[in-house]
Amino acid sequence: MSRFPVENIRNFSIIAHVDHGKSTLADRLLEMTGAIAKTERNKQVLDKLQVERERGITVKAQTASLFYMYNGQTYLLNLIDTPGHVDFSYEVSRSISACQGVLLIVDANQGIQAQTVANFYLAFEAQLTIIPVLNKIDLKNADPERVASQIEKVFDIPKEDCIRISAKLGTNVDQVLEEIVKRIPPPVARGDEPFKALVFDSTFDHYRGVVTNIALFGGQVSKGDKIMSAHAGKVYEVNEVGILRPEEQPTDRLYGGQVGYLIAGMKEVKEAQIGDTLFHQKHPVEALPGFKPAKAMVFAGMYPVDQSEYSSLRSAVDRLTLNDSSVTVQRDSSHALGAGWRLGFLGLLHMEVFNQRLEQEYNASVIMTVPTVPYKAVFSSAKLIKGHRGVQKNMVYIDDQRVMMKYLFPLNEVIVDFYDHLKSLSSGYASFDYEDAGYQPADLVKMDILLNGKPVEELAMIVHRDKAYSSGKALCERLKDCIPRQLFEIAVQAAIGSKVMARETIKAYRKNVLAKCYGGDITRKMKLLKKQAEGKKKMRRIGNIEVPKDAFISVLKRKDK
Amino acid sequence: MFVLLKCSPGLCVLRTMLSVKTGTCRFRAALSRYRYRSGETRGNASGSGFEQETEKKCGRLSEEAAIYVHWPYCLRRCSYCNFNKYISRAVSQATMRECLERETETLLHLSQVSRITSVFFGGGTPSLAPPSTIAAVLETAARHAHLPGDAEVTLEVNPTPAGASSLGDFKVAGVNRFSVGVQSLHDEDLRVLGRDHSSQDALRTVAEAQRLCPGRVSVDVIFGRPGQTAGLWETELEELLSVCDDHVSLYQLTLERGTYLFKQVQAGLLGVPEENTMAQMYDSARRILGKRGFLQYEVSNFARNGAVSSHNMNYWKAGQYLGVGPGAHGRFTPREEGRVLREARTQTLEPDVWIKEVQRWGHGTRRRIPLEHLELLEEVLLMGLRLAEGVSHEHWRQFSPDADLQKVLGTSIEVQELQDRGLLVLDDRGLRCSWEGLALLDSLLPPLLLQLQEHGGQKGARG
Repeated sequence: MSRFPVENIRNFSIIAHVDHGKSTLADRLLEMTGAIAKTERNKQVLDKLQVERERGITVKAQTASLFYMYNGQTYLLNLIDTPGHVDFSYEVSRSISACQGVLLIVDANQGIQAQTVANFYLAFEAQLTIIPVLNKIDLKNADPERVASQIEKVFDIPKEDCIRISAKLGTNVDQVLEEIVKRIPPPVARGDEPFKALVFDSTFDHYRGVVTNIALFGGQVSKGDKIMSAHAGKVYEVNEVGILRPEEQPTDRLYGGQVGYLIAGMKEVKEAQIGDTLFHQKHPVEALPGFKPAKAMVFAGMYPVDQSEYSSLRSAVDRLTLNDSSVTVQRDSSHALGAGWRLGFLGLLHMEVFNQRLEQEYNASVIMTVPTVPYKAVFSSAKLIKGHRGVQKNMVYIDDQRVMMKYLFPLNEVIVDFYDHLKSLSSGYASFDYEDAGYQPADLVKMDILLNGKPVEELAMIVHRDKAYSSGKALCERLKDCIPRQLFEIAVQAAIGSKVMARETIKAYRKNVLAKCYGGDITRKMKLLKKQAEGKKKMRRIGNIEVPKDAFISVLKRKDK
Repeated sequence: MFVLLKCSPGLCVLRTMLSVKTGTCRFRAALSRYRYRSGETRGNASGSGFEQETEKKCGRLSEEAAIYVHWPYCLRRCSYCNFNKYISRAVSQATMRECLERETETLLHLSQVSRITSVFFGGGTPSLAPPSTIAAVLETAARHAHLPGDAEVTLEVNPTPAGASSLGDFKVAGVNRFSVGVQSLHDEDLRVLGRDHSSQDALRTVAEAQRLCPGRVSVDVIFGRPGQTAGLWETELEELLSVCDDHVSLYQLTLERGTYLFKQVQAGLLGVPEENTMAQMYDSARRILGKRGFLQYEVSNFARNGAVSSHNMNYWKAGQYLGVGPGAHGRFTPREEGRVLREARTQTLEPDVWIKEVQRWGHGTRRRIPLEHLELLEEVLLMGLRLAEGVSHEHWRQFSPDADLQKVLGTSIEVQELQDRGLLVLDDRGLRCSWEGLALLDSLLPPLLLQLQEHGGQKGARG
């Protein structure tokens, strides 16, 4: 691929709310420009991960360079496919910063949803050209008129600017390509500038090392060059550069304004963090703005089902995090569950996807304990959040049918079931997005769980004082159901400091013997006893109380639907 | 009265029907003849006298068995019953008799048992079977193995008036012990239990049985019935003890899934006493019986004057037994096939299917599972600990000559803890539960089983 005139390059992303059709449109664009053959089976080609395909979501951003003929000229369109979920908003913002325009896809039936808004603001703040695209017009319930009005009202974009398409059927997709060329400006990059590239993604390949996806803001890079990354500060020699079609296609050189991949002997994705800047060792440049090291928002404890599986789980985690530098990993251990980890994720979806990939790709079965959010302890007197835990901040009517409300919530209220409850209460119509609003003082207490007076550390929780009683009681009840009766009484207590908030009692056995082994049929009894003996192996002793591992799991586990 | 039975070829054995105390027969020495085969050898026959003795005993063990015969038919189903029983409409008595005989013969040959230690007719309602069927089965048994004159032959009796009147015929047929299903002395409770007799009927039946076989009558009672209080129970028990014979079996009512009683309790129509009350009832029963001279020799079984049930003792001592009849359970080594492992066997449940199978193959065995050495030991432990005397070192040695109880269990911290708690005793006599421990046996068994398994595992690892 020879030098391409910068004026004929267009770098763009597709952004949308979940399921509004980003990846389908990406498929169509690839087909139409010949990057992939037109077949029925090109369903979401760019979603390479199994979990992505199954869940119909994009987790890892993928990129493809497309050639498009228009008005006698060949244009190079670089499509950067972005994750559609709020958990990955940082990735989205980095991908966006490599672009000059975005296609904002809105479902012509559902209309503007939470992430439509969130992603719009990202693009808007980056001052990109925004092309609204109304998708799924083929569906019966589509109402493009209404949605176009919505867009005009909320985003201040004229109705006429909306392109109405059906990505599934391919309707009007050619118009999209045209508008990309017409409306999105080419990148600003000069060949005589020093090499400067943004890393907007990286993956790990076992044979070749880290493969970074880069967007060149200036200069050139080719095999053999010595480059450095602004954040990591290390020097590398470039092994290979090329473009993505969407498969890798090596070239000699990449030029300013282009998007492609670069391999330079990096061993870990941490060495090429998303948002980092690459430059020639001899020509340092100012780092591109907006770089943020990944910040975990949601934490969970992760333990193997059985300690014997610890090392295989560890290698699975290692391999998975090779490709995902945004997961923070810390070793941890629980008296109840043995050795494990404390993992930090960008969000719930991130965690769920991680878990699913563990199971599917590495055949690992794990116990995930309730995610907790970071707390900062404050030793001075704390102020209570007045009244309810959620405080309304803002309310805007989008149109005559919809309203958008902003609330301030403590994160841990939101983190577990809020989304599900919202969905069920609103029959699925409500959508929801959140952003970190920082720390606020709150009246939190540490609640201990005691068995016959002995505290069980891994069950200790941090709760809001208002919730102490109800959580304590619920926990004691759950434990009572899980712990089998023993030869002595067991007192299950929830306490704050020395004050007992709730208590349940598990009575001792006074009689526990099978009355009759009738007619020589002892097989059934043997089976039952052997099962109990097996179960004993999986028990942990707290004091002299035998607690099945399941008790901890059911108490700590996130409630699955 | 005398009954002539054919025994081993050419020999006649006179079985007296005089009153006989458990286990002894005054005419045994004169009339019966045992013939041990030299028995299978385990490894080399040479060794110290002790080993030879053990081998002989093991050899003897595989030569002997008890026989359990299941008569599957009832007139009604009791509300708490989940056993293998069928309401008989038209039973072909001749066919049943022939099949029971045939299966008895086949299993005796299969096991190569030469001596039958006891026979038990259970069910269903065996007292509904024609006495001639009982006689026929006994005769067949005696034809194919040695059935000593003093071997315990028990029949379970449903104490309806009809049942009571046929006791004499059963005795003639060869029964020398009756187990009467009294269950309760309160007619209202009998109704709730779905029984088809009154308490008066039951008492009359017990009296008749005692007349026919004094000292060899057992009474079954169920406690923990709906509406029962500890006080009521104690009174009932005292009343019962004033009229019963020398053996009492006490069973706590267990609600089994699928029974009518279970459904009623689930639906809230009936309540059962609280667990605590049940425990109390059991406790007071043990005490009351003790005061009246009954020795609790097993979890649920009490005897005075030595009137223990030798058939059931065979179960608890992990002896062999042949299960004859639909749904019957057996534990024996099919030596005719050249096997050496004992098998857990179950006969086909449904009578009609069972009949066909017996007619075709000689027996209707539905399942047979070989018991590995460790599994057999588990059964020895499980069953043995139900006895008050527990598992003696000598008894254990018969099954585990290489590892004694101390070696197997002594290293377990938990077993030590149970001893410290006063629930378990491991001393120079053997392993057994204490008084308190017996009531909590099922809580003690898992750690014991676990330890047994681990010890077995270690042995295996060592090769």
